Amino acid sequence: MINIKIDNKEIKVAPGTTVLDAAKSVGIKIPTLCYLHLHDFDITNKPAGCRICVVEVKGRRNLAPACATDCFEGMEVNTHNIRVLNSRKTVLELILSDHPTDCLICPKSGSCELQTLAQDMGIRQIEYQGEQSHYKEDTSPAIIRDVDKCIMCRRCEMMCNDVQTVGVLSAVNRGFMSVVAPAFEMNLDHSTCTYCGQCVAVCPTGALTEVDHTNQVIRALADPSKTVIVQTAPAVRVALGEEFGMDAGSIVTGKMVTALRQLGFDYVFDTDFAADLTILEEGTELLDRITRHLKGDKTVKLPILTSCCPGWVNFFEHQFPEMNDIPSTARSPQQMFGAIAKTYFAEKLGIKRENLVVVSIMPCLAKKYECQRDEFETNGNPDVDFAVSTRELAHLIKQANIDFNILPDEDFDRPMGESTGAAVIFGTTGGVIEAAARTAYEIFTGKNLEKVDFKQLRGMEWIRHAEVDFDGTPIRIGIAHGLGNARKLLQDIKDGKSDFHAIEIMACPGGCIGGGGQPLHHGDTSILMSRQKALYTEDTHKTLRKSHENPYIQQLYADFLGKPMSEKAHHLLHTHYFDKSKPAEISE
Amino acid sequence: MTQFKMHLLVCGGTGCRASESETLFLSLKKEVSEKGLESEVQVITTGCFGFCEKGPIVKVMPDNTFYTQVKPEDAIEIIAEHVIKGRKVNRLLYVNPETEQHVSDSKHMGFYRKQLRIALRNCGFIDPENIEEYISRDGYAALAKCLTEMTPAQVIEEMKKSGLRGRGGGGFPTGLKWEITSKSQADQKYVVCNADEGDPGAFMDRSILEGDPHSVIEAMAICGYCIGATKGVVYIRAEYPLAVERLKIAMKQASEFGLLGKNIFGTDFEFEIDIRYGAGAFVCGEETALIHSMEGLRGEPTIKPPFPSVSGYLEKPTNVNNVETFANVPVIINKGAAWFASIGSEKSKGTKVFALAGKINNVGLIEVPMGTTLRDIIFEIGGGIKDGKKFKAVQTGGPSGGCLTEKHLDIAIDFDSLTAAGSMMGSGGMIVMDEDDCMVSIAKFYLDFTVEESCGKCAPCRIGNKRLNEMLEKICEGKGTMKDLDLLRNLSYVIKDTSLCGLGQTSPNPVLSTMENFYPEYLAHIVDHKCPSGQCKALLQYVIEAENCVGCTACARNCPVNAISGERKGIHVIDQATCIKCGACLEKCKFNAVFIK
Repeated sequence: MINIKIDNKEIKVAPGTTVLDAAKSVGIKIPTLCYLHLHDFDITNKPAGCRICVVEVKGRRNLAPACATDCFEGMEVNTHNIRVLNSRKTVLELILSDHPTDCLICPKSGSCELQTLAQDMGIRQIEYQGEQSHYKEDTSPAIIRDVDKCIMCRRCEMMCNDVQTVGVLSAVNRGFMSVVAPAFEMNLDHSTCTYCGQCVAVCPTGALTEVDHTNQVIRALADPSKTVIVQTAPAVRVALGEEFGMDAGSIVTGKMVTALRQLGFDYVFDTDFAADLTILEEGTELLDRITRHLKGDKTVKLPILTSCCPGWVNFFEHQFPEMNDIPSTARSPQQMFGAIAKTYFAEKLGIKRENLVVVSIMPCLAKKYECQRDEFETNGNPDVDFAVSTRELAHLIKQANIDFNILPDEDFDRPMGESTGAAVIFGTTGGVIEAAARTAYEIFTGKNLEKVDFKQLRGMEWIRHAEVDFDGTPIRIGIAHGLGNARKLLQDIKDGKSDFHAIEIMACPGGCIGGGGQPLHHGDTSILMSRQKALYTEDTHKTLRKSHENPYIQQLYADFLGKPMSEKAHHLLHTHYFDKSKPAEISE
Repeated sequence: MTQFKMHLLVCGGTGCRASESETLFLSLKKEVSEKGLESEVQVITTGCFGFCEKGPIVKVMPDNTFYTQVKPEDAIEIIAEHVIKGRKVNRLLYVNPETEQHVSDSKHMGFYRKQLRIALRNCGFIDPENIEEYISRDGYAALAKCLTEMTPAQVIEEMKKSGLRGRGGGGFPTGLKWEITSKSQADQKYVVCNADEGDPGAFMDRSILEGDPHSVIEAMAICGYCIGATKGVVYIRAEYPLAVERLKIAMKQASEFGLLGKNIFGTDFEFEIDIRYGAGAFVCGEETALIHSMEGLRGEPTIKPPFPSVSGYLEKPTNVNNVETFANVPVIINKGAAWFASIGSEKSKGTKVFALAGKINNVGLIEVPMGTTLRDIIFEIGGGIKDGKKFKAVQTGGPSGGCLTEKHLDIAIDFDSLTAAGSMMGSGGMIVMDEDDCMVSIAKFYLDFTVEESCGKCAPCRIGNKRLNEMLEKICEGKGTMKDLDLLRNLSYVIKDTSLCGLGQTSPNPVLSTMENFYPEYLAHIVDHKCPSGQCKALLQYVIEAENCVGCTACARNCPVNAISGERKGIHVIDQATCIKCGACLEKCKFNAVFIK
């Protein structure tokens, strides 16, 4: 241990401790801006570029960035003397002087870290006024880049390159005009962006935000000729409460259903229903491949990869197109829901698909892109009309004057609102494969699964290996979350080094609970841990916990689809993948 | 070389080549051959002589005759008169501006008299494309001595004793740097030569690489031996094609002679050198930015520690030294640390190369012992101020240095004294200003450069320098306020105090030093709305003195914006709102009627 003094407090810290962490341990909160530490994922962004966290170190010529300066024996630090305060304030004013001051109408207003910092620092005027840097705005199907608001914190760059290994965002230009952008400042939709939205999830300002579809939803709800139905993804119910001041991990399923009904949706359904359906299709496909493999069929492709995550689908279409035949062909739950709603349910209601509007509430930004893909529409009418994020739903609720916190609990509508515990855990890393295991076990062995909790598949480690005993047959399962980790497993498969039967992949750290459309965590990963815990709690509270036990799914097959992987199911519930490795044509 | 009676050394530096020295070289060769003198007279291209003001240079050896501003057509006369008849061509000799006498040889020229050339020892003496000429001047003897007679620790000790400090600007003790890198444990280490010379007007590294590339190669190998590296990389600006070409030739020759590669001098030491090109970013002279650029990443600095000596190129221990630093190394080994340490000042040993530029008579490259005064450099070596004007200031240390004045002229310059005076050594740029220079504009000129060259990574440098520049612009336009001066000073200190790398930590120096030394000039711009040097166009007013105006209409006819009105033979008037201050009227008026207010 080494002895240091911060603001005259004597403390002992371990060697390698930064001044920022040392200060935090004694209740001194040095302000930061570019710094981001995702504790549970061991991800740190500290380019030491914003210079907001500067402190005075005795004996040192210039000020030191607390986030990137290690403590040394006998170090004396002052975090708020006049020299430090003046510098910090001046630097903040400089940043503000090159930032639009349209806070009142900025989508990030209220959750902007720069705004909070200016408030905390008591900035009331900006002495250093001058030219502002301007860049073109870039709107993609899912993400808006308003980079006039970029403060070069490089968090998005770190997520895109180091964590996701997608490599779309990096700093371009120099000096005053430097900004984070795709190569040659092209638009995102000309890049290999997966729309995972992790850049949006960490952006401290309004430089990166989602494409807002709330107005389209409001208009559809107001249109008397339309029947508007809604589906809600599992991870939304354990995060939405945060937008209304509740603790992270609060389960607000019932309030959310009530709120959606009050918003005017004609039917409030659950993506979890479609998640159960996914398990039947994907699980059957998995079993089919494994059984053939065990019988010695050399043509069968293993491991099978899950395909529920649209960011992940985009990733392999861009980066590993030669492996397009390995993932399951099952559509994601969002798209299965849409396909069933616009056929089976529309028929049931006796209305044309054009008059049925399907809205999905998603923790995800890639879902916005997914529902716009050409293969998911019939005669120009998409299976899912609008995907709105958890954050957008909160805005809708607030605009409708609904006092969310005092809402009573209500239940989803039937038939597409019924779901099992297996579907609920789709929202976390490890959940899809656990749900699949529950059903696959029973179909494969013909036996009843007593203990449904596969604890060996749970956790937050980036890459997990587990073996599930299918009554004597060991099934080897791999799990990865974060696209960089997915890349490692994919590379192993490519190199012939993978012996997994099945792999689950989620693009976002933590899975959908950490999706790009979720309430912002501002670097506090304990929020994600709480959301994950809440999903497993919700699972245990369900009467039914295996997808194939969902009576409405059984009815759907009986009435409409026949059996899993039937021709009709294939047509409505499966898809194919494209080679997107070639750069898109530039149409500027 | 012994079989030749006479050698004609033609400068092949970039400057002289721009003035046709290549054609001159060919003309001389042709003349020599036509006169059948090929076995007696050798004509070679050398590196830069330093006296760029009067290039192209031809030096005749052994009598040291120094011909200046030689044209290709002068070749005939030089051969016919000097070479054959032994009569010097007087009209091509340097003329001492004070005595107006021809100076017959370089040893008696003021430009060279006070110089001591260690790093530049071979520039202008040898053919840089011929390794044998380098070897004939003790080339590779130092490497041989190190490999066969000394342990790495002994070489490092010698370097430490010599007191050599980094010539790239930082002034960090070279021996100590080598020692730290030698102590880092790794399976691979790297020696990097920083040839990303970026200061405007500076060309010492380029001249060394163009004139004596082997000295750098030899020193890098010695460094590799000391720190335990088998690989070296030269990071050089792609805008230095000649230096690159000569370096490549030198590397090839060194490999052919077994001085690079495996088993050098029969030992088991091996060393290879690679070249990486920089795209001309000033910030890539900063060693962490340089390393990122070498790795193919964006050239921007990262926070230290870790220092490159611990984790540098490809995360391996890396020793980065500047070209000039390396050029000193072989001499130190050959002549001994004690000899080197006897030159220079107490804390800065040896010599320093400076690029003299600006309003000075002898523009060029000079090398002087540390501790030489600015007065000696500017008035003795530099030959004083151009056109007999008055000395006003000298900017040292490149764009991040400060402006020193009359009162600093007798400072014995070294790393520490320049810093104490509010400037810095930098890599050795030295720009002289005279009474016509506006110091606010000068500060703005340097800020223009740093704004352009900031990498954009840290906020104070990215935005702060831009704001400094905008405020200086405002002052130059006469729109500044006294409050701006407070803001300017505060912002300068904050940028210095909070920036990530050396670029931002020094970029406000020109502002602070001009505010310190030329405060009244700032006041004149702000309070009186006047530019005392008449440089700030926005503050000038061209007016016509009615008494002198004869109504010749010359001014009105030549005004590009029709700002001047008046009848023929009547008094003319300039409309200040339309006037763009181009000065055409002043130039055309034959009656001294137009003047600047």
